[in-house]
Amino acid sequence: MARIAGVNIPTQKRVIISLQYIAGIGAANAAQICTALNIDAARRVNQLSDAEVLAMREYIDANFTVEGDLRREVTMNIKRLMDLGCYRGLRHRKGLPVRGQRTHTNARTRKGPAKAIAGKKK
Amino acid sequence: MARSIWKGPFVDGYLLKKAEASRASGKNEVIKIWSRRSTILPQFVGLTFGVYNGKKHIPVAVSEEMIGQKFGEYSPTRTYYGHAADKKAKRK
Repeated sequence: MARIAGVNIPTQKRVIISLQYIAGIGAANAAQICTALNIDAARRVNQLSDAEVLAMREYIDANFTVEGDLRREVTMNIKRLMDLGCYRGLRHRKGLPVRGQRTHTNARTRKGPAKAIAGKKK
Repeated sequence: MARSIWKGPFVDGYLLKKAEASRASGKNEVIKIWSRRSTILPQFVGLTFGVYNGKKHIPVAVSEEMIGQKFGEYSPTRTYYGHAADKKAKRK
């Protein structure tokens, strides 16, 4: 069992894959961590020595914003936009797409499941 | 696609004059502007602009966080009161 950046316990899998279980680390960052620490990306997490896991943990703590901190940062950014009263903030407040997409149709990810309109049947 | 840095931020020239004039006068009046496309610059912080939305001037008190954004972002051009059907659903 390897605990990196708090709660994450990915084992059995290859290092680059299991690193991506940490929120805030994707394919590119995982590959970068492996090269920086000279760890063969094909090795499994349970084959790593304690020292290597420790080095990895320290490297992530030092160089990445991850998990809870990252989520907090994102919500703070959204909250800042909402408090500012700018267009992007208004879109966030209304739960509509922020980046200029159409809302005549689609936009279901932001708007949620379609609501039936009363009396629309012909 | 972002704007090239060597060009600097885009601002309509008359805004700078207006901002300076209102600073000099010392009165905290709403500066009416039509230039929604202009970038908010650091020297505008603390002033209040009336940004035109096609119908009227919306007062925008410029704060530090707004620097780098455009005036138009703070003056919505569309009014939306929701659909009649939505209101009915909410009443129930």
